[in-house]
Amino acid sequence: MKRHLISAADLSRDDALLILDTADELAKISERSIKKLPTLRGRTVVNLFFEDSTRTRISFEAAAKRLSADVINFSAKGSSVSKGESLKDTALTLEAMGADAVVIRHGASGAPHRLAGWVRGSVVNAGDGTHEHPTQALLDAFTMRRRLGPLDGRKVTIVGDVLHSRVARSNVLLLNTLGAEVTLVAPPTLLPVTVDSWPCEVSYDLDSVLPKSDVVMMLRVQRERMNAAFFPTEREYSRRYGLDRDRVAKMHDEAIVMHPGPMNRGMEIAAEVADSPRSTIVEQVANGVTTRMAVLYLLLGGADLGGEIQ
Amino acid sequence: MTTTVIKGAKILGGEPADILIRDGVVAEIGRGLAGDTEIDARGLIALPGLVDLHTHLREPGREDAETVETGTRAAALGGYTAVHAMANTDPVADTAGVVEQVWRLGQEAGHCDVRPVGAVTVGLQGERLAELGAMADSAARVRVFSDDGKCVSDAVLMRRALEYVKAFDGVVAQHAQEPRLTSGAQMNEGAVSGRLGLTGWPAVAEEAIIARDCLLAAHVGSRLHVCHLSTAGSVEIVRWAKSKGWNVTAEVTPHHLLLTDDLVEDSPVGSYNPIYKVNPPLRTRADVEALREALADGTIDCVATDHAPHPVEDKETEWAAAAMGMIGLETALSVVQEAMVETGLLDWAGVAERMSAAPARIGRLEGHGQPIEVGAPANITLYDAAVRAEVDPAGYASRSRNTPYEGRTLPGRVVATFLRGRPTVLDGKLA
Repeated sequence: MKRHLISAADLSRDDALLILDTADELAKISERSIKKLPTLRGRTVVNLFFEDSTRTRISFEAAAKRLSADVINFSAKGSSVSKGESLKDTALTLEAMGADAVVIRHGASGAPHRLAGWVRGSVVNAGDGTHEHPTQALLDAFTMRRRLGPLDGRKVTIVGDVLHSRVARSNVLLLNTLGAEVTLVAPPTLLPVTVDSWPCEVSYDLDSVLPKSDVVMMLRVQRERMNAAFFPTEREYSRRYGLDRDRVAKMHDEAIVMHPGPMNRGMEIAAEVADSPRSTIVEQVANGVTTRMAVLYLLLGGADLGGEIQ
Repeated sequence: MTTTVIKGAKILGGEPADILIRDGVVAEIGRGLAGDTEIDARGLIALPGLVDLHTHLREPGREDAETVETGTRAAALGGYTAVHAMANTDPVADTAGVVEQVWRLGQEAGHCDVRPVGAVTVGLQGERLAELGAMADSAARVRVFSDDGKCVSDAVLMRRALEYVKAFDGVVAQHAQEPRLTSGAQMNEGAVSGRLGLTGWPAVAEEAIIARDCLLAAHVGSRLHVCHLSTAGSVEIVRWAKSKGWNVTAEVTPHHLLLTDDLVEDSPVGSYNPIYKVNPPLRTRADVEALREALADGTIDCVATDHAPHPVEDKETEWAAAAMGMIGLETALSVVQEAMVETGLLDWAGVAERMSAAPARIGRLEGHGQPIEVGAPANITLYDAAVRAEVDPAGYASRSRNTPYEGRTLPGRVVATFLRGRPTVLDGKLA
């Protein structure tokens, strides 16, 4: 594996499978009463969050703590960053403190790439602007694999604001690496104009894609898109691209429904769909911790996991 | 009166000849000429002093990035004898007072002539015309007007500006960027921006304004100059406008002749390195090819650097926070050699036309851009096209270091520059 995890494209098929297999092993620990491993004792993981994202930060924090790492949470609000400190100076500060890994969430696409040039530790991208969110893609793949088995040839449909979605970018790359067949469904305004160069299919018609989908992943529609002429109204979006009970009825029996959260219930996904047995939304949260444990473990640990789990 | 003779220079790459300079004027061209001072120019190409239509000298206001003194040193070292200083300073060059200040600073520095560009609108706000006539009548004798950095997007205001400058043979140099189509834009909209999740700057935002402005210029019978043309579609529109006989000229930057948007994704200096962030953005290989072809066939009239200095802290940031722009004065001729001469698209006479004669003509800049012939002002650049060297900005005269070519090997070296017979650069160093 590479030293950093910044893009899902950083992962070869073997890397991705190693992470998922490792997460499978680590999941067993989560089922024990004592959930902690000593693997990363004495190592420091910094959660560097320039955007509010409580769920992702907590997930990384839990992952690092279960591996016994020291965790420092560095939130931009109320810190030197809000007083105008540059990303570079923040990086140099973390470097001086001896961070072994920096988990970064940032509103600017590419911020983790820049950070990686200024610190010696491993950089893990926890979401950068509208670029990528590779651990989300890993936890999604992990969730799909648990429900459906190997992903080769599986048909995954990703629906919604692909243009601004870091989740979609990482998922397209990773799922392609893992052999799944991805179809993106969105109004044309919410797709990149060059989406035909991506390794996936594109459709504007959700109903025609649903019957053959093994996975339907709904993306959150950001509030700020709703007033920028990407689509006429929320109701029209919901009618054309929302996943309601009638649409779910077109899916085959084993097909699952995913959402990275947080959801707009009633907008891109109906409440009864989100809460149905097909939905993996709560599992995704739990799987996030184990998948991120696997990522931190493989980037920082590297010791044989087998002995520790026994 | 002392005389200087340049010995054995190849004028426009032709046969070696001696150039005798007396009183700042080319007095004689021939063989075996003698003078009080002799410059050995054997093997060097002599070009008319280069003229830049598009330079950001940053003074007044951003003296941390560049000053007239440092910027014109860089210009001289790049072979330039005249530069047009863009108006987006602080305060904006939108009054006779500011343009005269910049003009005077250039005179005092003495490294090259500085011709200020006047803002089209007050404060570059795009709301009402600046006092264009006052700037034209000032000591700075402004002829080029531009809100560069911002587009004069209001069609009525652009029409009025084009009409108004006819009174003093001015030209409006448009920064063609439809603002609504480029809100928050970070890089060329294409496959790379889609993958990188950076907001796209679509080609149509440039092309739509150029098309509109060509039609406006034709309608009112005025001169339009298009700044830093960057797309294949823009080339087609300008070609069409010229075919109609309309008075439209265009420039291209050296970086748009050489660099492409995939450098944002993958380069020797990493991904998302804002050293490649520039406005208009780096485009695709197909655009680069179209721009080169257009510069060769004259659709694009000239090369202009868009030299845009920024301090280190404005580039050592995440991409979205970084300033847009690249320095270019000290590498322009080398880049043109690589992109145009070594590809066989231009000979040295063509380089002289595109980098000296045409920009001087568009800017109505007297005393520059003339052929090296008896009676012409001795504005001469001596260039060694045979050497290649790795770009190292550490030695640059510019106060800023934001060159996209660091570490890249480029051909050629400016050996000497003469401004009206006086050397401003000798042996590659300021004289």
